[in-house]
Amino acid sequence: MSHTNIDIKKIRKDFPILSRKVNGKPLVYLDNAATSQTPQQVIDVIVDYYQNYNANIHRGVHSLSQEATDAYEEAREKIRTHFNAKHKEEIIFTSGTTHGINLVANGFSNLLKKGDEVLVSALEHHSNIVPWQMLCEKSGAKLKVIPMTPQGELDKLAFAELFSENTKLVFVNHVSNALGTVNPIQEIIAKAREVGAAVLIDGAQAAPHIKADVQALDVDFYVVSAHKICGPTGVGVLYGKKEWLEKLPPYQGGGEMIDQVSFEKTTYAGLPHKFEAGTPNICGGIAFGAALDYMNAIGFEAIAEYEYELLKYATQQLLEIEGLKIYGTSADKTAVISFNIEGIHPYDIGTIVDKLGVAVRTGHHCAQPIMDYFKIPGTVRASFSFYNTKEEVDVLVESVKKAKMMLS
Amino acid sequence: MESIKNIQEEIVDEFSMFEDWMQRYEYMIELGKSLPLIEEQYRVDENLIKGCQSKVWLHSKLDGNKVIFTADSDAIITKGIVAILIRSFSHQEPQAILDADTNFIDEIGLKEHLSPTRANGLVSMVKQIKMYALAYQAKLN
Repeated sequence: MSHTNIDIKKIRKDFPILSRKVNGKPLVYLDNAATSQTPQQVIDVIVDYYQNYNANIHRGVHSLSQEATDAYEEAREKIRTHFNAKHKEEIIFTSGTTHGINLVANGFSNLLKKGDEVLVSALEHHSNIVPWQMLCEKSGAKLKVIPMTPQGELDKLAFAELFSENTKLVFVNHVSNALGTVNPIQEIIAKAREVGAAVLIDGAQAAPHIKADVQALDVDFYVVSAHKICGPTGVGVLYGKKEWLEKLPPYQGGGEMIDQVSFEKTTYAGLPHKFEAGTPNICGGIAFGAALDYMNAIGFEAIAEYEYELLKYATQQLLEIEGLKIYGTSADKTAVISFNIEGIHPYDIGTIVDKLGVAVRTGHHCAQPIMDYFKIPGTVRASFSFYNTKEEVDVLVESVKKAKMMLS
Repeated sequence: MESIKNIQEEIVDEFSMFEDWMQRYEYMIELGKSLPLIEEQYRVDENLIKGCQSKVWLHSKLDGNKVIFTADSDAIITKGIVAILIRSFSHQEPQAILDADTNFIDEIGLKEHLSPTRANGLVSMVKQIKMYALAYQAKLN
């Protein structure tokens, strides 16, 4: 794939983990949709933090605290630039996507009332369904589901009809974690604007592949995790439009989020600190910024182009295996292939290919409603990143063939 | 009936013949295929041990003073290990089942399948086997 702008040899050298062996075989890491690997450039930032300027932020007058605060705030600014948010205080550090979703859901429980409706898509991760069920139970609002088609796409005809003046909040993932489908979020946001509903987009699966511009999208909330974009686990970001973040009540009480405290009354700090109670994952936030630097240096267009080639090649090669079926066949999808082989349980395939050094995910991918739709217990999911190669796709295909031979 | 310890030693012996993991797995898959299927009437939700990845059904009955187990799984590798566990624990007295362990699984190189984080239902299956043994022992005394 020399026609793309990816220098794959150089990139692979950035990821020390890619040269290790698993079960005596070279690791072929194809579980990128669960978590991405970390380049040396990001690992160095983490090490540098703990070796040179580990301190608690925002409160200290001493130099270390100031250095750590500056680095953390610089990371926030990098993230703002990356997602093109208008204001820096619209970027709230979280522990990850799930935290961001819960923060918004909790805030809305005070704003919704009986008769209001919350729309979610049928393509959601469990962590995206449960907070809304809890929100609806608490507020008396009704949860409505945008159905999906056999191709694993959202049913456009159906979703247009689901919007009404009662719709107050719409929640959809940008990209489905189980199938890789890229959802038509622009159309969904436009529809929501017509009825005055707020929109929260889960960008966890999109962020490694698509650079979202929150102003161009005109989205109200957008959530991501750092660990899917070459950053560390335990840190993420909630983008929220300033007017919404000002309206929502704080989620947790504690340090950082407070302005004045007496036993009679506490006044809250301004944005973004209102939502950042307690000592945050300082190193994680800084490393998140470094991860975005790393990805942007390669460039998201180059990444998308390269991954598309991988996806196309892997799809062709896998489909040559008799009895293999791919779930999620949208023309617009990221480099994710969810599949099964007729008569073989996905768990068995995952177990055998692991023995051959290939890391894939098996199971329902925390998206049981999708599995129920296809009437399957789960799938094998291979998810690719810009550091994967065509040769690795070949290893995957050979391993799956071997597994099929052993298991049938 | 042989003691559980003897049966487990036999299984370890059988597996020691294999040179690599592929042969071990192929044998296990064979064992899985030859496991007498649980009777359809017992392949029901009440006998289901839920794992996140694969499902296991386990049924037990008392025959004299021996516990008879039959079981099944929807994944063939899991079923192979189910077959090994059934061979080891079925047709034994409750006390013998309670006294036994599953260390032989480590010895045959299948330890990872009995890891609590594997979510294949096998750890819960062993627990359930012990629970049945405990209940039958109480019944017999």
